[in-house]
Amino acid sequence: MIDALGNPQSVLLVGGTSDIGLAIVAKLAAGKRLGRVVLAGRSATDLERAAAQVRPLLVAPQTVEVVSLDLTDVATVDAAVSAAFAEPIDVAVLAAGVLPDQARALADADYASLTNQVNFVGPVHAGLLIAKRFSQQGRGILVVLSSVAAERPRKDNFIYGAAKAGLDAWANGMADQLVGTGVRVLVVRPGMVRTKMSAGLPEAPMTTDADVVAAAVAKHLMTGPSTIWVPAQLQVLMSGLRHLPRPVFRKVVSSRDESAKK
Amino acid sequence: MERLLSGWGRTAASRADVVAPRSSDVPDVVVIQERVLARGLGRSYGDAAQSAGGTVIDTSDLRTPLVPGPVMTIGAGESLDAVMRASIPKGWFVPVTPGTRYVTIGGAIACDVHGKNHHVDGTFGQHVQSFDVVLADGSTQTITPTSDSDLFWATVGGMGLTGVVTSAKVAMQPIESAYMAVTTKRLDNLDDLFAAMVAADRTAPYSVAWVDTLAKGQRLGRSVLTTGYHAPKSALAGKAAQAPLQFAPRSLVTAPKIVPSMLLNKLSVGAFNELWFRKAPQSRTDEIQSITEFFHPLDGVQDWNRIYGAPGFLQYQFVVPDGAHEVVRYALKRLSAAQCPVFLAVLKRFGPSNDGMLSFPSAGWTLAVDIPARVPGLSELLDHLDDRVVAAGGRIYLAKDSRVSRETLQLMYPRLADFQAVRDRVDPNRRFTSDLSERLGL
Repeated sequence: MIDALGNPQSVLLVGGTSDIGLAIVAKLAAGKRLGRVVLAGRSATDLERAAAQVRPLLVAPQTVEVVSLDLTDVATVDAAVSAAFAEPIDVAVLAAGVLPDQARALADADYASLTNQVNFVGPVHAGLLIAKRFSQQGRGILVVLSSVAAERPRKDNFIYGAAKAGLDAWANGMADQLVGTGVRVLVVRPGMVRTKMSAGLPEAPMTTDADVVAAAVAKHLMTGPSTIWVPAQLQVLMSGLRHLPRPVFRKVVSSRDESAKK
Repeated sequence: MERLLSGWGRTAASRADVVAPRSSDVPDVVVIQERVLARGLGRSYGDAAQSAGGTVIDTSDLRTPLVPGPVMTIGAGESLDAVMRASIPKGWFVPVTPGTRYVTIGGAIACDVHGKNHHVDGTFGQHVQSFDVVLADGSTQTITPTSDSDLFWATVGGMGLTGVVTSAKVAMQPIESAYMAVTTKRLDNLDDLFAAMVAADRTAPYSVAWVDTLAKGQRLGRSVLTTGYHAPKSALAGKAAQAPLQFAPRSLVTAPKIVPSMLLNKLSVGAFNELWFRKAPQSRTDEIQSITEFFHPLDGVQDWNRIYGAPGFLQYQFVVPDGAHEVVRYALKRLSAAQCPVFLAVLKRFGPSNDGMLSFPSAGWTLAVDIPARVPGLSELLDHLDDRVVAAGGRIYLAKDSRVSRETLQLMYPRLADFQAVRDRVDPNRRFTSDLSERLGL
């Protein structure tokens, strides 16, 4: 049960080794009410490592459950969600995702589809199952990690952007659908975040850290807008960028890329 | 009907299936539901009267004809407002009233509410001679403090977790008028207030102090102490003397539906507190006030809880024993330093505790403070204050709680195990649950 000040007692993290996801778990554990965390993901070894990192942050009974989930295989998603909801879940975070190699995705449609499974099809499947469970519970908060790339895809990341745009649209619709049911959906649109997924890429303006995303999620967990940008100034920037004519947008992006390379 | 329910603080709402049976139908509802809970007027601040995904019994149809007298049999869904409207004109007053008349008899028993007279008269539950309760097996039993003492004292203060109380026999107190003789005193600091309140224990049946939490330093604890007693007919003049028992309060205004949460800030609340302190007389004795003015000043504004906007608010109320008044000073200091935009805090004296296993009051000082939920760092601050309260042998009030930790609660309520033993006996499958009981592992 979550308390009035947004401290949950149980959290499900889909993408159990995600840097942003784990930062959110750590932030939610800081309120000292969190006693049960379910980490769902692909690699057992990585999940165990994440579990060891999460366990000391929890209060009694300090339960960390590791469940196997592969977003390209819906049967594992069904099983993972069922296992997690063997007991009530207060907050679920959809944090799984990959950043496709754009050049490879353009040349190899099978590869592109696989990344779409991980970034869009699988998360929507998991999200629908979680939303249904939350509705039965009569409460629950679903945090969906979208991206500013969902708002205005660029030439060099639009395979990723297209999938995130789909997920973002689903999550916003779901948020509206669930108003008045006790279930809240929080859509998070971070800019570039320093994580293992973005390691090695040139930094975009307003690049931020996983902790900052986690703090923004915690702040908006209970009430307020159902879509947030991190950092918050991105909301203004993106609403401008979204309406730029395409040729102008291309120029802005390529000149930024040039300066980033220098 | 599916409904989203929250407490008076409007935080952490959850959805439940709400039904409103008559008393005779309550057993049927109870036995077919897996999880069920009774809800009165929703004046508990936190999650005591909601049950996510469960069934909630709206008690508004649990009614009885209200026949004024020294002992009244009252349906659990009747409000103190309804009782008073019936009983005061006949010269009978409720034994205990909290700061609002909009609580039900069922809620008053479940929370074992207290009023300004606790130091003399104890809690509401101490004036309940018996109640009818529908248990988890669907049976209806009449319980008195002697017929089943454990079940009686687990139900009084038991937050609705032992069964559904459908009606109760309540001992009333005789009054000559619907008016109070009130003495008001302005105090400039906390030490003066402590001394004045201890002195008032011996002279006044009703007493309470309102403290300005934004005052700091020398002025920390500046406050207005009001004490009072039921005015005899002979003390009245004019219209009041002609109709001494007339009681027909009206709600004056309703708070707007949507309020921006930024409306309440340090400046606006500071200005209000200043104004309110200055409007109180330095000292005034035996002023005649209506029952509403004295007991229920906030009932004049309907839905006043909306002024805290969408994020909602909570009330932090604790009690510490007599020697531990420094915890009160410390809490006021920390709340003042945190710059919480806090309207007045309420300080009261409690008399001895009763046998209620989860009943809140015990001899000493009780402080209650309304705080907006959006204040940054509030969770840590209140956890810290909890630690001080526990160290002093005190506790917080479940009817107000929406955030205490399980571990802390167990330290505060050493008789929790006795309470759980009664539940094991009368409701082994835990049919009666609430978001509060789930959150705290009651």
